[in-house]
Amino acid sequence: MESRIQEHPILGTYEKGRPVKFTYDGKEVEGYEGEPIAEALKANGVMIHRYTAKKHTPRGMFCAIGRCTDCVMVVDGEPNVRTCMTPLKEGMVVQTQYGNSAKPFEEQEVQK
Amino acid sequence: MSKVTDRSRDIGPFVPGPDDDMIICRCEEITKGEIRQAVHDGMWNMAEIRRYLRCTMGLCQGQTCGKLVKGIVASELGIRPNELEFQTSRAPMRPTEMHVFANEEEAKIK
Amino acid sequence: MKRIGLIVVGAGPAGLSAAIEAAKRGVDVVVFDENARPGGQLFKQIHKFFGSKEHRAKVRGFRIGKQLLEEADAAGVQVVLDATVIGVYLDKEVVVRIGDGIEHYKADAIIIATGAAENMVPFPGWTLPGVIGAGAAQTMMNLHGVRPGQKVLMLGSGNVGLVVSFQLKQAGCDVVALADAAPRIGGYGVHASKLARTGIPFYLPYTIKEAEGTDHVTGVTIAKLDERFQFIPGTEIHFDVDTICIAVGLSPMSQLLKMVGCEMKDNVPVCDAHGQTSIPGIYAAGDVSGIEEASSAMIEGRQAGVYAAEYLGYIEKDEMDTEEASLDTALDGLRQGMFAPGNKGKKIDLTEEGIPVSENLLSRGFVAEDEIERFPGVVHKAGIHPVIECTQNIPCNPCQDACNKGCIKVGDHITTLPAVEDDSTCINCGMCVANCPGQAIFLVDEDAGDGMAEITMPYEFLPVPEVGAKGVGLSRSGEPICDAEVTRVRSSKAFDKTNLLTVKVPKEYAMKARFFEEVSK
Repeated sequence: MESRIQEHPILGTYEKGRPVKFTYDGKEVEGYEGEPIAEALKANGVMIHRYTAKKHTPRGMFCAIGRCTDCVMVVDGEPNVRTCMTPLKEGMVVQTQYGNSAKPFEEQEVQK
Repeated sequence: MSKVTDRSRDIGPFVPGPDDDMIICRCEEITKGEIRQAVHDGMWNMAEIRRYLRCTMGLCQGQTCGKLVKGIVASELGIRPNELEFQTSRAPMRPTEMHVFANEEEAKIK
Repeated sequence: MKRIGLIVVGAGPAGLSAAIEAAKRGVDVVVFDENARPGGQLFKQIHKFFGSKEHRAKVRGFRIGKQLLEEADAAGVQVVLDATVIGVYLDKEVVVRIGDGIEHYKADAIIIATGAAENMVPFPGWTLPGVIGAGAAQTMMNLHGVRPGQKVLMLGSGNVGLVVSFQLKQAGCDVVALADAAPRIGGYGVHASKLARTGIPFYLPYTIKEAEGTDHVTGVTIAKLDERFQFIPGTEIHFDVDTICIAVGLSPMSQLLKMVGCEMKDNVPVCDAHGQTSIPGIYAAGDVSGIEEASSAMIEGRQAGVYAAEYLGYIEKDEMDTEEASLDTALDGLRQGMFAPGNKGKKIDLTEEGIPVSENLLSRGFVAEDEIERFPGVVHKAGIHPVIECTQNIPCNPCQDACNKGCIKVGDHITTLPAVEDDSTCINCGMCVANCPGQAIFLVDEDAGDGMAEITMPYEFLPVPEVGAKGVGLSRSGEPICDAEVTRVRSSKAFDKTNLLTVKVPKEYAMKARFFEEVSK
């Protein structure tokens, strides 16, 4: 099933920005300009936003209003960006966050 | 002396529970067992617990787990949750990067 | 640093209302809100609100939000968005993060209207992607048009859990079940009944034992609780779901009040009758001063705005007292009935009229067939007539205003159960059906000829069945009980997106069928 609601019984259609392309872990995907990054990812079926620093377990969107910080990712090279609050822009580079880095844990350990 | 401040009070030994490995503080990845153990290590209020374990001190600043941690500590101490004080509220209320903090701006409103 | 007369923190229903009242009286007021849009949670509320005219009852939350923004604009309120108040200090110094900088303001009065945060409940697997707060679900579907998932389990039967479950269904998600650890449904019975008749099962007292999945949620197991909140072995029920939604209450976000040194009790500021905290000139309004509905928050906000204007010397005490009296009456109206703040957690056995409350409604979400007849809105008459399945005393009366033929009577006391007047004639206009925020009114013609009956019901899902559509009539508990055919579909601006579906069912199901499900050809 399509994640985007095309027509809602009460709200009708949704006002959206223009379609823009951005990358998620190197893959080119599409979303609407100005919507939260997390919503664009959700519409693309992305569930995992990051893996935690200690136990390396997956996390995704949880509160969707900027409180819980579970949805943080590396955006344009900057880690810990709350994707549920940050508006999507054309060409953004969004990466899964491993601990505090976009590098998977194995590569992080190699560096030590 | 209250049940919270009477440190000579015997709260019994730490008894392992089936859900001890369940995460409570999502940010700092602190489990229920760690919080319960911390009480037996002598951390009897929110200030001590958070400094000892860092729970409620992660990115979300206890927005999600503050109430849960308080409930677990209270239960371990055999008291009601509202007998314990919440963690101290301090600025910044939301995660704020150091470079932003350092960037004092002229007030721009009006 | 810049000096401002009144700083309001939070541009939700309480904060905006406060700012409007203060600005109207000449106070220079600035509202800071950390979000990109004003309105707080109002724009996620797509259901019709309860209350009476003065509380803007039967208006959908997001429309109230729009009205509030227009009113704020007209009053000259300055709302600064993406502005996070990160600290409030003694002498009313307010530190705000705006963009990549920190700005300092000094206020003469402050109104804190920061609202509430969702409570959470931990269970094994609750950190998995796919476990979300009910507020997150609302944000995704109602603001951004993205479905939170396909198959959802809702935990929590308070009004948030009930309302969001209905919204999930409206968004096209499948709500597989609603569970609550409490033995009784916490929210309004009418909200629960809207879900039950679509076939969503209620499990009480059940809670989540485990969320399953490695990368994200793939299933959930719930189990029944005993009186000591321990799982009863053997009662486990598994559901395949991709989303688990948590709606287990709200807590005031009162950290700023605590930080500035206001006296607190259980994380709620201690306020006087004017919403003033222990620090003169600092007020709290809305959910931050105690969890209630948005309608109450708006009135509390208006009061705080008036009080602050008086505190700052913009109005005389007389004017404040007059305003206060009328706002108090409005607020009192909302704080009555079975769900009044003072009744929290209490089990109520009898309605104000002395009628036994439906036990099935409290435990399973619907009024059983052998219970429904005892309520004053449920009557039998010749011809078309309203059947009002409103069985709990809640502060709400739009049905009375909707009918200009005088068929429906609530009376002056807003929580009285609506009754159908004996000597009235229904003209089948449908306004009562569309206006009831609880979707609890049906127009029934118990004998429409040929052994059939006709039932007109509210319908807020897509696709709307067409005339001639064949399917089944569902009972109040969501069981398919009879064949049904759509004979009329009505929608109108006055109904505000609530479609009226008239279905023909065999006569004996006139008082039993309460929902329609089309059976695909």
